[in-house]
Amino acid sequence: MTAMHTAPRTGAGGNTTAHGGAVPAAGAALPSERDGGRRRQRIRQQLIAWAFIAPVAIYMVLFYAWPLIRNLDLSFRDYSLASFITGEAPFAGFDNYIEVFRSPTFWPALWNTAVFTFGSIIVQFALGLALAVFFYRRFPLSTTLRALFLVPWLLPLLVSASIWAWMLNSDSGVVNAALAVFGIPQVNWLTSPQWSMVGVLIANIWIGIPFNLVILYSGLQNIPSEVYEASALDGANGWQTFWRITFPMLRPVSAITLLLGLIYTLKVFDIIWIMTRGGPGDSSTTFAIWSYRLGFGGGSPDLSPAAAVGNLLILIAFVFGIIYIRTQRRTGDEL
Amino acid sequence: MDKNRKARVIGATVLSGAFVVAALTGCSTTQSETSSGSTEYTLWDPYPDRDASSDWAKAIDACAADIGITIERNAGNTGDTVKDLTTAAAGKLPDIAMVDNPKVSTLADAGLLTTTDDNGLDVSDIQENILTAGQIDGKTYGVPVGANTLGLYYNPEVLDAAGVDIASVTDGASLTAALEKVVAAGKKGITFSAVGTEEGTFQFLPWFWGAGADLTALDSTEATSALTLWTDWVKNGLAPQSVLQNTQGTSWDEFKTGEFAFAENGSWFKADADAAGYMSIQIPGENGQPAPAPTGGEFITIPIQKDTSRYATSVKIVKCLTEGNTGADALGYVAPTAAGQEAQLAADPSLQGWVTAVGDAKPRTADNLGIKYGTISEQLYTAVQNALSGGSSPADALAAAQQAVDAKLG
Repeated sequence: MTAMHTAPRTGAGGNTTAHGGAVPAAGAALPSERDGGRRRQRIRQQLIAWAFIAPVAIYMVLFYAWPLIRNLDLSFRDYSLASFITGEAPFAGFDNYIEVFRSPTFWPALWNTAVFTFGSIIVQFALGLALAVFFYRRFPLSTTLRALFLVPWLLPLLVSASIWAWMLNSDSGVVNAALAVFGIPQVNWLTSPQWSMVGVLIANIWIGIPFNLVILYSGLQNIPSEVYEASALDGANGWQTFWRITFPMLRPVSAITLLLGLIYTLKVFDIIWIMTRGGPGDSSTTFAIWSYRLGFGGGSPDLSPAAAVGNLLILIAFVFGIIYIRTQRRTGDEL
Repeated sequence: MDKNRKARVIGATVLSGAFVVAALTGCSTTQSETSSGSTEYTLWDPYPDRDASSDWAKAIDACAADIGITIERNAGNTGDTVKDLTTAAAGKLPDIAMVDNPKVSTLADAGLLTTTDDNGLDVSDIQENILTAGQIDGKTYGVPVGANTLGLYYNPEVLDAAGVDIASVTDGASLTAALEKVVAAGKKGITFSAVGTEEGTFQFLPWFWGAGADLTALDSTEATSALTLWTDWVKNGLAPQSVLQNTQGTSWDEFKTGEFAFAENGSWFKADADAAGYMSIQIPGENGQPAPAPTGGEFITIPIQKDTSRYATSVKIVKCLTEGNTGADALGYVAPTAAGQEAQLAADPSLQGWVTAVGDAKPRTADNLGIKYGTISEQLYTAVQNALSGGSSPADALAAAQQAVDAKLG
């Protein structure tokens, strides 16, 4: 905050102050000539600065800002197929959002998105952390085993999802065959409304564990070993060491892992689409699936409501991003 | 090391150079396509798997040679309506576009297609019931290149072992009885595709229409009885749970395990079925007569052009591809004209069952449903999914579907 107060004192020319140290030393000529030279140099520096920033700026506007604005615009209009021909789409205000909120799919989809997202990241994080701590103690073959845990990450999602769908098949899947050995009757993992969410959750958790494992493992490497030595001298047992040292010192890494996991999981589409297509009914439909179904899935594309659902998704991710930044700031203050 | 690096740099330069060249040639070909007044005509079809050496490509080339023009074929037009329309907005419509028959009404409604009044195409020899998919409010927007439809395949070995006579299967109840016998004999009953996409509706329609139901009233008692038939099969283990996820391809794979007695699937698997010794009948309706099955297959349409003088030649191309049986044969369809069907039967008499089935079939967008079909179909397959998964009763699922249709179509 102190830096902000000193800034206005140096005037509006932010650029000149940045290079201020070098310019007076170089300018040994007459005042008027020096002024012209300075101005020319300032313009040149400005242009160079813009030239450097231009590719990124153009890229950002073209590929981030413009699609986002278009998506917002789309959600406030009534865009139909005929709009492609005429180029006209009447302004609809909040009609699309009202339609989305009133849809019988809205509450199930919101609930499913919450269950899918939080269910996935909580279990992924817990298992990822447990494995990271496990692998932190080096033992023979630990590197090989750790590498094996990365396999889900290397597989294309299409492959993982298809194989999970195959394994969870009601009649001929290997999972039900294994359960049958223990006398458990057939579970319709992907074809019953009660189980379909569990089915896709299992697959998504499996896919997400390596990500959590890798980030948390590298976080563990950054905890100084002296702290562990000190706690060992004080006679802390394994459980105490974990809850008093590892977990608190891992907090910044945990926070970013959870945030990235959250944003990633919110928009998961391919796994659910391949395994259940959001069905049966709406039982595994999340916002991402719903948006796609509205826009491209059915017979008549409802592009504007689809855009509205997409924007809600962006809004949710945005809110959690802000929560993250605020908690970061708070922990920063504490330190 | 240095030599390696140099080689890598040269390699990268050559590669990127090649990309630029490829990109530039790509641009130049698309530009020449749009130039008007030339003897080069563009045709879009949705068959990327049929390359230049395929029968289909040869049929097109033969037509081009006959008419004395060249036809530039683009096989990437796999029926994505939105993409079609965006491309159209840029003013680059092809001379001929082949579209999946339920989509004809959508494109026509958007004002992209010419009617036979505009282009002067004579459709009098096209079989009436297939043609209706391209007709809206009395106007015809295209002609079928051919048609396929659904039938009930059966495995004679499984039926014999279970002591089922195929002649006894004449309606839903007798089919259920046959399935029960087969399952009691330790085999599996029937496989089909009830997936939550257009394919699911396509497969359900024969039973739906066969029960006397109508797409304008999804919640009728006839519709409920059709959906109850399917639901009970799944509930009682006569059909596997996998039908909820099967595409028609995976359903066929299930049937080919040899474990199943019956499979509902398309005429496009006829050759495969013949090789495996499977037979087929028409899907039985509730009144003991064969049920009307939906027609599949693409329509050849003539999109609107700025230069209307091109229509005359486009019509010749359409005529060439739909007359006789070359086009239909190349694509594995039943020909759209009586003459074409006769020629096909002369070559292969075993096609008779499928020719009859196509004659009894009904396009999905028939009854002047047009673009409403997309909305109705989406709700219908959702209802099928809800009922088969046990999420709601057939009657409730269909009532909810009709409600959603009413809400959407107002």
